[in-house]
Amino acid sequence: MAASISLHLIGSAQLAARARVATSESRLVRWTLIFVAFLFLVFFLFMPLAIVFTSALSKGLSTYFAAFREPDALSAIRLTLLAAGIAVPLNLIFGIAASWAIAKFDFLGKSLLVTLIDLPFSVSPVVSGLIYVLLFGLQGLLGPWLAAHDIKIIFAVPGIVLATIFVTFPFVARELIPLIQAQGIEEEEAALTLGASGWQTFWRVTLPNIKWGLLYGVILCNARAMGEFGAVSVVSGHIRGRTNTMPLHIEILYNEYQFQAAFAVASLLALLALVTLIAKSAVEWKAKQENSQPHGRDLTPDHQGFLL
Amino acid sequence: MTFKQRSILPGFGLTLGFTLTYLSLIVLIPLSATFLKASSLSWAAFWHIVTSPRALASYRLTFGASLIAALINLFFGMLLAWVLVRYNFPGKKIFDSMVDLPFALPTAVAGIALTTIYSTHGWVGRYLDSIGIKAAYSPLGVVIALTFIGLPFVVRTVQPVLEDLDKEMEEAAASLGANRWQTFSRVILPSVAPAALTGFTMAFARAIGEYGSVVFISGNMPMKTEITPLLIITKLEQYDYAGATAIAVVMLVFSFTMLLAINLLQKWSSRHHHSGGTPEVVEGEALHAPVYAEA
Repeated sequence: MAASISLHLIGSAQLAARARVATSESRLVRWTLIFVAFLFLVFFLFMPLAIVFTSALSKGLSTYFAAFREPDALSAIRLTLLAAGIAVPLNLIFGIAASWAIAKFDFLGKSLLVTLIDLPFSVSPVVSGLIYVLLFGLQGLLGPWLAAHDIKIIFAVPGIVLATIFVTFPFVARELIPLIQAQGIEEEEAALTLGASGWQTFWRVTLPNIKWGLLYGVILCNARAMGEFGAVSVVSGHIRGRTNTMPLHIEILYNEYQFQAAFAVASLLALLALVTLIAKSAVEWKAKQENSQPHGRDLTPDHQGFLL
Repeated sequence: MTFKQRSILPGFGLTLGFTLTYLSLIVLIPLSATFLKASSLSWAAFWHIVTSPRALASYRLTFGASLIAALINLFFGMLLAWVLVRYNFPGKKIFDSMVDLPFALPTAVAGIALTTIYSTHGWVGRYLDSIGIKAAYSPLGVVIALTFIGLPFVVRTVQPVLEDLDKEMEEAAASLGANRWQTFSRVILPSVAPAALTGFTMAFARAIGEYGSVVFISGNMPMKTEITPLLIITKLEQYDYAGATAIAVVMLVFSFTMLLAINLLQKWSSRHHHSGGTPEVVEGEALHAPVYAEA
């Protein structure tokens, strides 16, 4: 009896081993594939990241920090913070409103609306800037009227803010729609029948459920808002100290062969990118943890949130 | 059919109203203003601008380089997704999160970093230069920049499909005598193909419109290394608004077509993904049932 059981165990262990061989690759193939993938990432990801920091620090720490004390650099940093500070909250409010309407209700033309919200992702950054020039520029449709009332949008701060809003438009909405859809409406219905007001239901029931996805969307939105180059470049007019954002300031420094200073400013944006990636992993981890609780639903932020 | 199905949840009018207003103000009205502006051109003038030799040269470079970059990303993206899902190795978590770097790193930063690496005195450029390959300031440089910005798309579309792929299908193939390569090419590859194609199309569409990472490394020579978005900027700087608008309309029409293609591909992909998974599970259960009966 015992012998037959142990024989049986050996047999199944061998079978399992054979199954593993049949559904996986040899050690050589495995490590070759890992090595090729590693090389690709080294050339296309790690090297660009490394060169930003080595070039920024190539002349020592004091020169590195000197690059930020320059008035033009300071004003570029301020303008970038201002543009993101306006664009992100607006797109956050829009994202919450749009995802509430789209994910909680059924109405005609819903999928068309979702496609329209995605539009800014598929438009080239340069074209995103151009559309505002064609609307508000001196040659634009509203140009003469704006000039008569002495309102400046293009080649001024409002244009930069508008372009930033446009390119970051879909981020929060895209992140929230699938999350809220996955939740359904039972909890909200329960809250409402128990006498909660609409706002109370949103703050106490909906928001706690979507907070990680919301945070994730805001982080992505902010990273893109601070780093946008093409669209902002078209509407900015590149007036030093006035309409230059950090990416535009980097371009000017680089074209003037001030490489170290250009990379110093670039290193701030690279740090922001790294913080974004870390925050993304943290949010994913946190959401996964909450999901593993018995009643949790799959509210892990979508892997593809960055994509179109 | 009524416009909206009944619901006891409040706030539909408010949120939809705000959504439509904001969408119109920020996106729809400015976009249609561009088409309105373009319509002030006669058809002949429009055609003359968008088919000028310089514009045609820029389309060739933009489309050609984007296609090559997207193909590179298709291959390496599947490889990366495979390695990240199937194998265990030190630093895997870091690799996985780093894949998103091109989405998070501002394009201007990527542009100057890649240019510095691949120019003749750069870390990689000097070795390429010694074997006679000019990377920066050439069409190759454009391909390098576009490969960088399109890198995450295929990885991130294929990864979830590979994760969900049922091992039993591979076991079945192996038990029927397929070798590993046959299992891969006949069982695994067809399952991930729709997702890979979606990622490829996204990378391609993104590359077509890309500006920031390319302008530094391309050298921007008209007819040679001038991409279409740069041509729009050049025309704007020369106050040629009609020319810039005409080229922008070509790009917009292309973007809309790609958006439609990606939407259709995603629908196909998710249908394929689910219909590929569900019957398989049912079959698996059916196979198990007689075994239990015999026991």
